[in-house]
Parts: sequence; structure tokens; C-alpha cells
Amino acid sequence: MKRYEAIEMISQSLNGNELVISSTGMISRELFTIRDAPQNFYMIGSMGLASSIGLGLALSLPEKQIIAIEGDGSILMNMGSIATIGHFAPKNLIHIVLDNGTHDSTGGQATVSDTVKLEGVAHAAGYRLTQTAASKEELRKAITRLSQQGPAFFLVKVEEGGLEGMGRVLHSPEEIKNRFQKRAIGI
Amino acid sequence: MTVAEFCLMLKRYGFNFSTGVPCSILKDIILYLSSHSDIPYIPATREDEALGIATGAYLAGRKPIVLMQNSGLGSAINPLTSLDMLYKIPMLLLISWRGYQGKDAPEHLIMGEVTIKLLEDISIPVQVISKDDPEEAILASIKSMEEKQIPAAAILRRGIIE
Repeated sequence: MKRYEAIEMISQSLNGNELVISSTGMISRELFTIRDAPQNFYMIGSMGLASSIGLGLALSLPEKQIIAIEGDGSILMNMGSIATIGHFAPKNLIHIVLDNGTHDSTGGQATVSDTVKLEGVAHAAGYRLTQTAASKEELRKAITRLSQQGPAFFLVKVEEGGLEGMGRVLHSPEEIKNRFQKRAIGI
Repeated sequence: MTVAEFCLMLKRYGFNFSTGVPCSILKDIILYLSSHSDIPYIPATREDEALGIATGAYLAGRKPIVLMQNSGLGSAINPLTSLDMLYKIPMLLLISWRGYQGKDAPEHLIMGEVTIKLLEDISIPVQVISKDDPEEAILASIKSMEEKQIPAAAILRRGIIE
């Protein structure tokens, strides 16, 4: 499964009321290209913090479904976030890691995710629901569980490489914030 | 000013979410916030994580405070410059000043000397909280946050808020 196929399947399953935080680099660029929406907060810096931003949102807006999507390189930079999320265990937070084993956005350098059981880490930290999906069929099944009580951790194994001819996020950071915040709290 | 008076002042100015990493200078403030629900305190594992959590809280309409020791500024620089300053996300940074005037444990001396300069170098508005009028620095920080829509730092030395 390609990363963009996973992003496409996940975004197609959403009803539009969720708030989505997408990690810096290829994940935000692919999400933007596949389905741009005001409820997407595209990160263009601060790699590693997608799940932390998701936690701050989830704790403050308990009635909203929050989805943080990042790569293996990103979560490995901020493993402490798994501990904090597991501890506070917000029911409305879904944490998705698209694991291709590399830092794809910077040239494909290997991460150490092939030997680290990230799903096990999330489970041990206190996430209520954890699941690994290594094929489209498994991801399809996992997606049916998105509405279950969180915090949920989905580890999605994807291939290296991305969408051909993919653009960059065209909105300015301030625009991304303003339209996201409007969707989040109506101002 | 007492810790309770200081925290009630922060509440009065609308702050209603806090996160951070502890410091002995901040311990009574963190204890107060943790035991009162007006400004809930979420302990983070690192300062960059705290900035991420506070950013999410801000996007959700909260007015956040991030507490940290100045040693944690090193971890905070990247999210300050590539997240909060970039996306215009204001918050109050309450930063303790270890190594003030070169009198502290050796690990605090280099950062203690450059703390203010480091914040100024990345264009974060910075105020040092005075014993006579702690409110002044908080008010000036709030003014900067509102004008520039970026984080503003209030620096706390030992023995100022008791």
C-alpha cells in the first residue's frame, strides 16, 4: 500500500466534522493534494509534534473527533507524547502513524521503526485501542473501528515513495490556522 | 506576591490552560495549578511537547501558558520558530531563570547567561518579572501576545513569587 493510498482511504472515511492534524513533509502535501479541507491543520515545521497538538485539541474539545496523522520518523522524535496521551487517555483522539521505515521527505534515510514495536508501545502506554494494518484490506477493517472509544493508535505499514507530481501546501500558515480554528471553534 | 495571588492574576487575565516541564523555581506555581481546576496543568515530557500541547489548546480556543526552566529553551526553539511564531499562535511562556548572575550549578551557567539574548535573537518578546510589581511583566507580555500574535516570555527568578 502506498502512503497516498492510505491517506486517501482514511480521508474518504471521514465525515468532515473531524479535526485533522497532518505532520510536516510528504504527509501534509499528500493530504492537501488528495483532499484539501479547512479542518486539516497542515504542519510545515515542528516535526514530531502532530500528536501533541492533537492532544491539546482533544483535551480542550472533548466533543470533537481529533485525528493526528504522522510518519514513523515523526513519532520516533516525540515518543514522550505516547506516554502523555496514554496517561490522559482522551476518548476522542485517534493517532495514526504511516510507517514506511524512512524519512521520506528528506531523501529516504532509514528510521529504526523496523525493530520498534510502535503498536506495543502505544498499548503499554495506555491507549484503549491499538491496531496495525499492513494491507489495504487490513486498513479497511481498521477504519471501521475509527469511531470506537480512544485514544486509538493505528500503525499503518506503507511503501516508500509518494504521489508523482505532488505540489506543496498552497495556503499560508496563518490561513491554515485561521480556517482550521474557524472549523474547530467557529471564530 | 504569593503563588495564589499570582495564579489568580493569570486566571483574571483569561489564561485557562497550562502545560510544561517543572523547575524548582516553578514548583509552587505548578503545584497550585495542578490542585486548582481553573487553569488545568498538563505535565509534558519535554518542552517541545508542551508547546505542541499548548498549540492544540490554543487552536481549540484556550488561552495557554507554557511553564519551563530556561534549560528547556533549547528544546523549545524549533517549535517556537517553526510552529507558534510561523502560524501566529500566542501563548504565555513562563520561564524560570536558572544561572541568573552566574550564581548556580554549573550546568545552568551558560544558558543562564544567554537566556534573554536567545529569546531576543528569535524575536520572542521578553519581560523579567520583578518582585515589586509582577503584574507589570504579565501585562506587557499579554500586550505583546495581542499585538504580534506570537508567544511572549515572562522570566521568573528565584524568590520573586513566594
